[in-house]
Amino acid sequence: MAAIFSFFGALLPLTSPGHYIQWHWIQISVANLVVIILMITTFIAALVVPFPGRRRRRGGDE
Amino acid sequence: MSTTEIDRQWTTKFRRRLTAALPSDKLLPDTQPSYVASWIYVFGVATLSSMMVVIGTGCILAIMGPLWWHESSVGHFVNSLHLWSVEVFFFAMVVHLWGKFFMAAWRGKRQLVWMTGVVTFLASVATAFTGYVSQTNFDSQWISTQAKDGINATGGGAFFNVLNTGQMFMWHIVLMPIAAVVLTGLHILLVRYRGVVPPFEDTNTGKVGA
Repeated sequence: MAAIFSFFGALLPLTSPGHYIQWHWIQISVANLVVIILMITTFIAALVVPFPGRRRRRGGDE
Repeated sequence: MSTTEIDRQWTTKFRRRLTAALPSDKLLPDTQPSYVASWIYVFGVATLSSMMVVIGTGCILAIMGPLWWHESSVGHFVNSLHLWSVEVFFFAMVVHLWGKFFMAAWRGKRQLVWMTGVVTFLASVATAFTGYVSQTNFDSQWISTQAKDGINATGGGAFFNVLNTGQMFMWHIVLMPIAAVVLTGLHILLVRYRGVVPPFEDTNTGKVGA
């Protein structure tokens, strides 16, 4: 178990200070930026990825 | 009691009004409109599902107390579940918000649906914030001391004291969850009452009433 923890600890060092990106007056942590990028990706995917059973439903209900 | 008297009772009037506005098949419908078959429509219910996990894990943490979630491995696990379900909750809620914003979900007399969503979002932020300062660890100390200056600057620091652990804890586990649950319930009832907002093309053709 300790080996698993140290493996993931090496991949995601949670005890070290966070990394930040700065551009003029804009400052954001890498973690927050990753979450925002993931949300935008999910949003776009939700619009373009076909929903299962969509064709079957069309013209069916309401 | 005569029928006339029963008809005049406020409970009778209220029940009739309620069942007329929200009959059971509208409250819990068997089918959804065809336009709901899109991934963008799943984020509302994803938010609700993660909220249930947040509340469930929060109840376990409340029963067991801070020592348990700091010292026991199961406590750590439930504490992490509580945190990560909150992360999923906000993630899903933000995608839900973007989806509804770009489809102008306040159309068709749905202004109250939109506004209850906005207020629920703000209440959720307050709930999460009081949670971050209630962790009883160095992280909560850091957040509360940093937030103290900000809240003092608004003039509300004497009333809403982020350095008062007991006060923040009570806000987090009593007041804010009540507010969040009531607002979410109202939001969902209004969605059922007004119906899920249709896409623009359906509104223009008049195929689906907006």
